[in-house]
Amino acid sequence: MVDVLALGQIRKSYNVGTPVETEVLHGIDLTLAAGEFVALMGPSGSGKSTLLNIIGLLDRPTSGTVSINGQSTAGLSESGLTALRGHTIGFVFQYHYLISAFTAAENVMMPMLVSHGRRTDAMQDVAYGLLADVELTRWRDNRATNMSGGQQQRVAIARALAMNPSLVLADEPTGNLDSVSADGVFDLMRRINKERSTTFLIVTHNLELARRCDRILDVIDGRISGQEAGRLSAPA
Amino acid sequence: MRNWAPIEWTIALRFLTEGIMQTVFILTGIAMGVGVIVFMSAMLAGLQANFIKRVLTSQAHIQIIPPDEIARPLRSGTDIVEGAIVQRPSQRILSIDQWQTIRTAMKARPDVVTVSPTATGSALAIRGDASRSITLTGMEPELYFQIVRVPDYIVVGTSKLESDDILIGTELAKDLGATIGDKLNLSVSSGATRVLTITGIFDLGNKSANERNTFVALRTAQSLLDLIGGVTTLDVTVTDIYAAESIAQDISAALPIQADSWIKTNAQFFTAVSAQQSSNTLIRSFVGLSVAFGIAAVLVVSVIQRSKDIGILRAMGARRGQVLGVFLIQGGVLGLIGSLIGSSLGAGALGLWHGTARQADGTELFPLILEPSLFVIAAAVATLTGVAAGMAPALRAARLDPVEAIRG
Ligand SMILES: Nc1ncnc2c1ncn2[C@@H]1O[C@H](COP(=O)(O)OP(=O)(O)OP(=O)(O)O)[C@@H](O)[C@H]1O
Ligand SMILES: [Mg+2]
Repeated sequence: MVDVLALGQIRKSYNVGTPVETEVLHGIDLTLAAGEFVALMGPSGSGKSTLLNIIGLLDRPTSGTVSINGQSTAGLSESGLTALRGHTIGFVFQYHYLISAFTAAENVMMPMLVSHGRRTDAMQDVAYGLLADVELTRWRDNRATNMSGGQQQRVAIARALAMNPSLVLADEPTGNLDSVSADGVFDLMRRINKERSTTFLIVTHNLELARRCDRILDVIDGRISGQEAGRLSAPA
Repeated sequence: MRNWAPIEWTIALRFLTEGIMQTVFILTGIAMGVGVIVFMSAMLAGLQANFIKRVLTSQAHIQIIPPDEIARPLRSGTDIVEGAIVQRPSQRILSIDQWQTIRTAMKARPDVVTVSPTATGSALAIRGDASRSITLTGMEPELYFQIVRVPDYIVVGTSKLESDDILIGTELAKDLGATIGDKLNLSVSSGATRVLTITGIFDLGNKSANERNTFVALRTAQSLLDLIGGVTTLDVTVTDIYAAESIAQDISAALPIQADSWIKTNAQFFTAVSAQQSSNTLIRSFVGLSVAFGIAAVLVVSVIQRSKDIGILRAMGARRGQVLGVFLIQGGVLGLIGSLIGSSLGAGALGLWHGTARQADGTELFPLILEPSLFVIAAAVATLTGVAAGMAPALRAARLDPVEAIRG
């Protein structure tokens, strides 16, 4: 089975061509298999968000290759990247970033809406189903911003799943939540990963949570320095 | 199944309703601008229409008269001028040469509606000790009254004219102390005299016209003025009043007569109108520009405020074109709604003004002309202006780097 993600020698420099040009990622190789649930850790400024943005096709690497589901993204135009991103990748950000002008259900529908161009009746059913999955049926027609942080993050997870993506990228999804809510959000992602075999790559500073993942990647100074697998089963 | 609008529309409208304060402020601005334009344009059109109506119910579109008599310098050979100082001859009352032929030629033109022959000259009206000099207009009522609606202005009596009847104005009637049924003695400079009966008194809404103008049957005037069979003027109406001047030039070039259009005889009015129109255009352009800049300013701020939303939409797969559309639609919708409100305000203000503004004689200052086309054009122009004004902010939104937007 093809890997959901394959990175080859990813380098990323900022301020290219200026005296302050700095390379942030120094040749990263990484593959994620379908159904994996992986934590990405590392000190602040080590390049985790930069890497996640490149994987999510929001940013292009200075050099190196990104393949999603075996498809190389090298030759894709801006609109080609946008379409591929819309159909294969879901995002969850630290600050939930729901669109405040819409209800929870409408936010969940949004990836389908922008992909299809206009609303269909089926979209609402999908959104309601996903919101039921994240236990927010009661809140589904609430304005997105009239909810607690944990609830908003669960809406964001439902939204990330709307297009049934192969890969969900979460940048510190629990970073802004209290530990109980954080646990709930993490458990939710784990459950969805199990039920749907959706691949997750989660940036976190929380070692506790990271240990419950299949794999932990450590990014230090723009390099992946350690890959530890099966920490769950390792003796304490 | 419900038919949903394209998602760009939904997002645009939600953004506008969510930022309701900004939306209301800018709508007020647009509405005031459009309202002023609508008010001004409609009032100008009304005043203009009113003037034209007044002019054209008392004057033919084109008057055909005999050419000026021109005295030529006396020459004793080519280029040798003996009597170089030429005095303009006094203009006698002249009949139009072959006026029947000219009338037939005029009637044959598709752009001519009526041709009314008149014999006009001056006379003295005498009653007892009082005498007044008057302008005697002899005409064929069934034709002439189509051009100058004398019957509409009759205040006493009738407009029916037999060969011994005369219609006079209210001022003349007052000056001579005469009323309908009274006899009036007319005499002309040649010495001819005639006694006519007053059958009607009219009020043309103008003192000097009411003093001087009198109307008699064509034959009566012809015999008094010693113009048997002749006429001094052909009054012409045409289908398109604004083509009158070019038709007049056409006629004078083709026939040995002089043709003056109402446009030429009211040249001052047209100069005033065109000056007013160009200042109106200038005002419109500047109001339009300030509306456009207002919309652009509000949308620029909105793009900045919504950069996170835009970033998240892009991350979820929204295309640049969709983001562009969201902001262009906002511009267009602001323009459209603002212009609808503005048009209603302008029309309402015009109605109020029309209700209170009166001329000295109590008649309306201008007719209330509210062409639906004015509103349609205002709405269309405002919508397009809104879309155009939205272009710069929309491009900025579409080009927003989602990474920057989400991190910032
Ligand atoms: N647009 C940019 N221009 C210049 N430098 C940048 C830019 N974005 C990120 N960097 C730099 O790249 C490095 C990696 O940043 P990144 O945000 O990927 O770190 P991170 O691992 O996500 O950190 P954190 O845990 O604090 O979120 C940092 O040194 C940062 O200053
Ligand atoms: Mg980060």
